[in-house]
Formats: sequence, structure tokens, C-alpha cells
Amino acid sequence: MLVLDNVHVYYGHIHALKGINLRVDVGEIVALIGSNGAGKTTTLLTISGLLRPRQGRITFDGHAIDHLPPHQIVRMGIAHCPEGRQIFTRLSVMENLRLAAIHRHDVPGVQRDLERVFALFPILAQRRRQIAGTLSGGEQQMLAIGRALMSRPRLLLLDEPSLGLAPLVVEHIFRVIASLRAEGMTILLVEQNAYQALQLADRAYVLETGQVALQGTARALAENPAVKAAYLGG
Amino acid sequence: MLTPTYLAQQLVNALNLGSLYALVAIGLTMVYGILRLINFAHGDMMTLGAYLALGIIALLALPVELALVLPMLLVAGVGLLVERLAYRPLRGAPEVAMLITSLAISSLIQNGATMTLTAQPRPVRLPSQLAQRIAIGELSLAVMDLVIVALALALMVALGVFVKRTTIGIAMRACSENLRAAQLMGVDVNRVIAIAFAISAGLAGVAGVLWSGKFGLVDPFMGFVPGLKAFVAAVIGGIGSIPGAVLGGYLLGFAEVLFVAFAPPGLSGYRDAFVFALLLIVLLVRPAGLLGQREVNRA
Ligand SMILES: Nc1ncnc2c1ncn2[C@@H]1O[C@H](COP(=O)(O)OP(=O)(O)O)[C@@H](O)[C@H]1O
Ligand SMILES: [Mg+2]
Repeated sequence: MLVLDNVHVYYGHIHALKGINLRVDVGEIVALIGSNGAGKTTTLLTISGLLRPRQGRITFDGHAIDHLPPHQIVRMGIAHCPEGRQIFTRLSVMENLRLAAIHRHDVPGVQRDLERVFALFPILAQRRRQIAGTLSGGEQQMLAIGRALMSRPRLLLLDEPSLGLAPLVVEHIFRVIASLRAEGMTILLVEQNAYQALQLADRAYVLETGQVALQGTARALAENPAVKAAYLGG
Repeated sequence: MLTPTYLAQQLVNALNLGSLYALVAIGLTMVYGILRLINFAHGDMMTLGAYLALGIIALLALPVELALVLPMLLVAGVGLLVERLAYRPLRGAPEVAMLITSLAISSLIQNGATMTLTAQPRPVRLPSQLAQRIAIGELSLAVMDLVIVALALALMVALGVFVKRTTIGIAMRACSENLRAAQLMGVDVNRVIAIAFAISAGLAGVAGVLWSGKFGLVDPFMGFVPGLKAFVAAVIGGIGSIPGAVLGGYLLGFAEVLFVAFAPPGLSGYRDAFVFALLLIVLLVRPAGLLGQREVNRA
């Protein structure tokens, strides 16, 4: 479904991604783990078109997308739930959700997706008229995920959805991710919380300083002594 | 001196000036909100509008309603064109590059108007239906004054509904909060930016027509001072905030008129200095302006 082939990305002179090779197949949850600064967020931003690879190719369903503007990549079926949530704090919950469906003209479909988001996160339905900036951290993360779902993606990019949240909320979020997969959603999940990510994922990549250091099934990586030592606390 | 009629007259003047500042300030604040561009060529859109209205009335002898609507649409088109040709290629460049570009566009319009139309101020002869005066008791109002306030308010209400209710309006607010996140949500930011420029320029264009109708002259530099005042109004209100621009515009209009009306005669020439003093005071008390939000990380 998604293939990154030898992708190089720079911030000015900083060589942030040094030839990433990665693939995500239909129906999989693929985890991208690695320490702070490894290049996980950069990888997702490049897939979404906010950053451009200086070298390499990104294809989605066989079409090259590495030259497309971000809004067209969304229209092709990739949604991005960004690091730090980045919901629109001055807009209402409803406006955040409506905005993410801006390019869709199938009104009944949008309505169905809205109801689906409210079913996944009932608290958002209660708070639909509220200004998003007044939500709690956990609610904001739910809104960020719900918002990403409103474009009806086939591939969902999640950047550290558990960051800074209380354990109960983290559990809820991970349950939702599992239920999305059960509905057939394909997910690329970036997590520092490697333990939980590997529990949930089918396969995983370990990123180190802009390169793929290890890859394999989530089960094999969870057993890998190097991964255990570096990311799973021994 | 301080008769009720005099006070009412000053109130009308303040509402007029405030309406015009507000119309111009809205456009500045909209574009700033999304692009962080202080558009120095914004006042020149007033000049363009005023010349267009002059031409439409003098040369084409079209009805006066068209002299208001056509310049607004044409200047909105100029805004679109300028965005497409001058600013879009600079997307991603440092903000100062856009700022310098806007200075260049401003000079281009001022010099172009001087070269083709001469710097000679041209008198505006108001069509008779606007020049008429209505007497309310001892107060005598020009129809033009009423048109300015009514049209400005109508445009502001329309803009308010547009920004609040339509998807493009929601997208505009989203872009001004977080341009990158808006892109990730599928918003075509080039389209939103183009629409913001068009609305911004169109409002300045119609404000220019009204300004020239009120003060009776058009010249190549007429947009400069009101453009600057509108910038002050936008900053006082909190730059980036549309309600702030409206509030700032009216505050400035009232402050200026009151200053001229009540300051000792020798001081009224300092009205512009007074405006900037007012700006400084507001910024000292509220650095983000009256309705401005402190800049969150734009990531
Ligand atoms: N905007 C930026 N400008 C310059 N360097 C950046 C920027 N964003 C990230 N980097 C650098 O790129 C590298 C990868 O960062 P990032 O993708 O955010 O890592 P991760 O998400 O894995 O923590 C880091 O070395 C970081 O310092
Ligand atoms: Mg990151």
C-alpha cells in the first residue's frame, strides 16, 4: 500500500532521514519506534507532503506521491494525526471535525463518519459545541484522532498518540486503535511507548539517527535483546 | 460650542472614520493572520478602488451603485493576481521577503498611478443623490455619511457570517491558527490564502471609494495614511483577530475625532502623533492587543 524507497530528507544542512526503506501493507498496523530525534516525525511529515524528500520515492497504491501537495495526499486516502495533537484550539469540536471533511461532498457519508467518531469517543459528542482549547489533554487527543478519521482515510498515520496522557486514557486510545484495525484500517503508528506499540502492531521498524536499524514482526522485535535493552527497559 | 448638534456631528464623523478604518484593518488582519505578512501595499488597494470609481463615474457614466460594487470586485481581482504572481512564489521563504515584496508592490502602484495619471489630486464630484443632505433637527447629514456606515456594517456582518459559518471560513480560521495542521487536514491552503487576499483587497478597494467620496480627492498616495492608521487599528485590536480589527478601527476613529474636537486648538495638528501614542499605551497594557491571542507555537 505505502512504500518508502531510499528516502532522504534534510532540514537545511541537517540530514534527518538517511535513506529510509519502509512498507506498509493493507490491513496492517506497523509501528515505528526509536528514541527522541531518531526521525519518526520527519518520516510521517514526509509521507504527508509537508516535507519533501531530496532523494528517494514514496508511492501509495503504486502512485508516486512525493511531489503532491499535502491536501491532495489527504484526498488520496492518507490521514495524519500529528505529534502534539495540533487540534485547532480556537475552533469548536464540531468545526474541527467538519474542517477535516472539507474536501468531501458526500454529505451522508460525512454524517456517517461523524457518528462513527462520536461512537468511538462519546465525550466528543457531549462537547461538540465547546471550543476545542477547553478540552482536557485526553479529550484533545481523541479529537485529534477523530478529526483524522473524518477524511475517511485508508491509511492512518499516528504520531505519538499516547504522549503525555494518563494511563487510563492511553489504554482507551490503544483500544480505539485496535478497533480501527478490526474495521480494516491500515495504520502506521509512531510511538515512544515501544512496549505498547509492539503489543498492538503486526510489524515494526526501529529508527536510529535517520536510518532503519532493525525491522521485523512485532513479536520478534519484542523478543530481540537489543530492542529490549534500548526501548523496553531491559 | 458643546451643543448637542455639535456632539452629534462629531459622533457621525467618528462613525464614518471608524467604519473606514475598520474595513481597511480587517483585510490587513486577515492576511496577517494566515501568512504573518504585514501588507504594505494594502492602503494602495484603496487608491486603486478610488481611481476606478472615478473612472467609472466620469468616463463610463455608470450608475453610482456600480461605482461602489465594480471597484470592489476589480480590486479583489487585483488582490488575487498579486497573491498569485508575487506572494505564492515566496511560500516558504522568510517572512521578510514577503514584506519587502509588499513594499515593492506599493511603490509600483504609487509610481504607476503617478506616471499614468499624474500626481495631481483629482476632485471627486459626488453624484447628486449622495451629495444631498438630510436634516434631522439641527443636525445635517450627508447621504454619503449614511452610505459609508451602512455599507461598512453590511460588509462586516456578511464577512462575519462567512467566516463563522462556511467551510471556507472555518478553514480560514484554522489556517490562521495553524497553517501546517490545516494542510494535514486536507485544506488547500493556496486556495484559502487566495480567497483571503481577494476579500482583503476588495474591502480596501471599496473603502477607498468611500474615502474619496467623503474627503473629495483622489491622488496616487491617498491610501498611505489610512493604510497606516488601519494598521494601527489592527494592532490595537490584536492583529490576526477580525473582531479586533473592527474594534480597533472604531476606537481609532472615535479617538481621533474626539482629539480633534476637544484638544486645545494648537494641538489638533498632532492627531497622528496622538494615534501612535494611543497605540503605545494599548500595547504597554496589552501586548497582544485588545482581542489578540498570544502567539502559540506555530510549529
Ligand atoms: N524543524 C526542524 N529543523 C531542524 N531540525 C529538525 C527539525 N525538526 C526535526 N529536526 C531534527 O531532525 C531529527 C529528527 O527529528 P524528528 O523526526 O522530530 O524525530 P522523532 O520524531 O523521532 O523524535 C532530529 O535530529 C531533530 O533535531
Ligand atoms: Mg517525534
